[in-house]
Amino acid sequence: MKFGVVVFPGSNCDDDAYHAVGSVLGQPVELLWHKSEQISGCDAIILPGGFAFGDYLRTGALARFSPVMQAVERFARRGGLVLGICNGFQILLESGLLPGAMLRNQGLRFLCRQVHLRVETTDTPFTSSAREGQVLKMPIAHMAGNYFCDAPTLAELEENDQIILRYTAADGGTVDYSDPDANPNGSIAGIAGICNRERNVLGMMPHPERAIEAGLGSVDGLVILNSMVQSLMQHSTASA
Amino acid sequence: MSVTQTTQISPEVAADHGLTPEEYARIQKILGRDPNITELGIFSVMWSEHCSYKSSRVHLRRLPTQGKHVVQGPGENAGVVDIGDGLCAVFKMESHNHPSFVEPFQGAATGVGGILRDIFTMGARPIAVLDSLRFGPIVAEAGAGAANAEDIAQNRRIFDGVIRGISHYGNCFGVPTVGGEVVFDSSYSRNPLVNVLALGIARRDELFFAKARGVGNPVIYVGAKTGRDGIHGASLLASAEFNEQSQEKRPNVQVGDPFMEKLLLEACLEAMRTGAVLAIQDMGAAGLTSSSSEMASRGGMGIEIDLARVPQRETGITPYEIMLSESQERMLLIAERGREAEVLQVFEKWGLDAVEIGQVTADKKLRVLNRGVLEAEIAADAIAEQGPVYERPIAEPKARRGGELPLIEFSARSIFTENFRRLLASPTIASKEWIFGQYDYQVRTNTRVVPGGGDAAVVRIKGTRRALALSTDGNGRWCQLNPRLGAMHAVAEAARNVACSGAQPVAATNCLNFGNPEKPEVMWQFREAIDGIAEACRELEVPITGGNVSFYNETLGRAIAPTPILGVLGILEDAERALGMGFQQDGDAIVLLDAGQNPATAEELQRELSSSEYAKVIHGMESGQPPRLNLAEEKSLVNCLLALAREGLAASAHDVSDGGLAVTLAESGFVSEGLAAQVDLPTGAPFEAELFSERGARAVISARPDFVSRIAEIAAQYAVRAERIGRVTQGEFRIQLNGQMAIRGSSESLRRVWKEAIQQALQPE
Repeated sequence: MKFGVVVFPGSNCDDDAYHAVGSVLGQPVELLWHKSEQISGCDAIILPGGFAFGDYLRTGALARFSPVMQAVERFARRGGLVLGICNGFQILLESGLLPGAMLRNQGLRFLCRQVHLRVETTDTPFTSSAREGQVLKMPIAHMAGNYFCDAPTLAELEENDQIILRYTAADGGTVDYSDPDANPNGSIAGIAGICNRERNVLGMMPHPERAIEAGLGSVDGLVILNSMVQSLMQHSTASA
Repeated sequence: MSVTQTTQISPEVAADHGLTPEEYARIQKILGRDPNITELGIFSVMWSEHCSYKSSRVHLRRLPTQGKHVVQGPGENAGVVDIGDGLCAVFKMESHNHPSFVEPFQGAATGVGGILRDIFTMGARPIAVLDSLRFGPIVAEAGAGAANAEDIAQNRRIFDGVIRGISHYGNCFGVPTVGGEVVFDSSYSRNPLVNVLALGIARRDELFFAKARGVGNPVIYVGAKTGRDGIHGASLLASAEFNEQSQEKRPNVQVGDPFMEKLLLEACLEAMRTGAVLAIQDMGAAGLTSSSSEMASRGGMGIEIDLARVPQRETGITPYEIMLSESQERMLLIAERGREAEVLQVFEKWGLDAVEIGQVTADKKLRVLNRGVLEAEIAADAIAEQGPVYERPIAEPKARRGGELPLIEFSARSIFTENFRRLLASPTIASKEWIFGQYDYQVRTNTRVVPGGGDAAVVRIKGTRRALALSTDGNGRWCQLNPRLGAMHAVAEAARNVACSGAQPVAATNCLNFGNPEKPEVMWQFREAIDGIAEACRELEVPITGGNVSFYNETLGRAIAPTPILGVLGILEDAERALGMGFQQDGDAIVLLDAGQNPATAEELQRELSSSEYAKVIHGMESGQPPRLNLAEEKSLVNCLLALAREGLAASAHDVSDGGLAVTLAESGFVSEGLAAQVDLPTGAPFEAELFSERGARAVISARPDFVSRIAEIAAQYAVRAERIGRVTQGEFRIQLNGQMAIRGSSESLRRVWKEAIQQALQPE
């Protein structure tokens, strides 16, 4: 099993994702340069946070044209696991691997804080080790995390159980999504993370790789990363 | 070849460059001829106050710079301290005050960018930034110095722009902004202070220095192209006071691109790893001029460059403009001849310009060519080291502010809840969460104590068990009343904050913000402050490893309160033991540690409370004197805190400072999960003084009740009184004095006042 962490010019959470997978989970991990056309040998890809290509034009708009993204798209279409965190989520939206678009936060300010997320479904390789309804605490840090899509797309996301994480209260109770304390960036339907129909591509604004050691404030990010490891292990056992 | 001379330099042209007739004569003497316009430009920026330290140099020599941890003191791009495991901390603080007034967003952003380059030019990866900020009032306040509505509106715009600028640059670059402090005072209306401290980590055997080496080695320009921005930023903008036309200086402010800086960081560190880079310096203030002449001068070599080869953003830029441009995100490096391809390859990988523009020479001269024309030829030492040094006249101000002003009259009341609530709503005391929440304070996943969570920011060092703690502090109001004592307090508080987090203070950096040095009263403030810092740093064993002086902080002839900011670095042997300020557990004991040996007299209490934040907010007074300070007592408290942290006896620690004991106790509850203090302490002082005095050498800790006796034992060894004054509860916040209620209130409602004050101040009315 091997993870690949893509490095775009301007990625700045690449080292953190590498540290989380390599040093905390103890799994093999490799950095993938944005110009590389191959990602062979990797079983899961992480598109890390940051400001790929300076977020020029729009977040993710230039990164999606990187050679590595053609390889990531092929990998995803073949069923490979792809996790896009923060800027990585934005890139997945621009590349069309996930539906919808990202707007600037409703307050038009950068937001860095701990948030609570409710796991809406455990039926994905990214949440399989969670309990349904489990509340995860992890930080957000972004300027453009206000997820938006049109009504038919939202209905489709709901219908196909593609909404994986929503912003919630500390106790997991229902919140008013127009309240900036509860839904900090103003995302439609409180969406913090979605997957594709095939369920092998997850985009999320919060940072699981920053919530992996007790000393950093939370270990709940491990739920996401460990689910990926377990899914890959089951997959390799099944195919062996 | 002789130097090209197109026009005669008139005395007016020299004066327009900020050079005095004596300085111009000195230039003529050094050259043995008249300078041409490019040479005049080179001298003017390098001999500006900002670059040459001509007014401060004679005083800075008195600062202690040696210590057992110090690897590199002042004189390089940043200070370097050994932190064990073969690693070094590289850190420095710098001001960007004037640009931030003229253009708050870009001024603050490029302030962050500039200090980051100072760190990674030494081979260190930046891991933390702290910002020490001062703004004019953003709400109407009482008192003589109160700001008018127009000032308040402008202060809010500056405040918002500066925060956005810092957020923009630091977040995109990928360095966590982990702390600092923000103070609002009318002294800083129309002259905000933006002091940025950056910290990086490097292996001790992989440090880089800015010293040219080896005749014939290539001089390589890397990074962004050169444009016309920032010309005379260091001289005409940073080294002069402001008047009504200051907005016209906007073209002197540089424009930053944090994405470019991030690429430059990665490319520089990668190029350094090839082993082919011999020396490197960033092009900050005075751009290509300072980087080339300083590297040549430090290395005892010469440098020859050809401007035609410098990457340029537009056509028709003159040699004068290229030499003086302060375009951001550029570096100059010297590579080993024969291995330049290895270096160039790295920059190409990162999509950055990298061009050989010249070479190292033996003749110790800076020689500037342009398409075969000799544009400048000056001894490198003359520019970098032989600038004028002034012993400016010094005069103690006749009327010391506060000296004759009335002192606070203690109230006979016993209940101070309403005053306390107003104090919590003062933007200087209130929560800075609205500010920190706009900074990415967690990127790089090292932040052990988040901004606002403790007295010092704490970042762990991956691959070791250690962490580093940092605090910046400074009190302009106290320095206005007594610059020597006020400056000593800045050192003491920064050291105390670092110790509260459990870290041993080991070194310091400073940023000295003052008015016009040509005024004898300002130089008196400066001299006093330096002597105060020197004494406190010596006693507390935190040598100064670098820093920056910012003079001319005056607008329309009115100077800011003298504001020396101290940044103290500490080492924590066990990152897991890092302490925050928040209470942890219902039922824990609250212990007041006090190293003060002699109780203050009634008159002393009156003087010290008159200079407090409480007196300013509640009574509109800024008089009296800063609290007296005993450095030996401060040191005892630091050592006591460290001993307690080593044994893991404290659950939280928070020093007594702005707002006094009442605010300290309240804050430890505000940042916890719904806990509050209930205390009762005996006092012989008037209640107002006991609650709100800002006297130092004190800290409040919380601890398991069964640890209290051991805490008392340890404290006694350090001659520190440890008094159990109450307990942590889930109930209301209460302070009783001699059994009598002094402050009580719902902790949640007090917390809201404190938490929302700044955001409310900015809400459109």
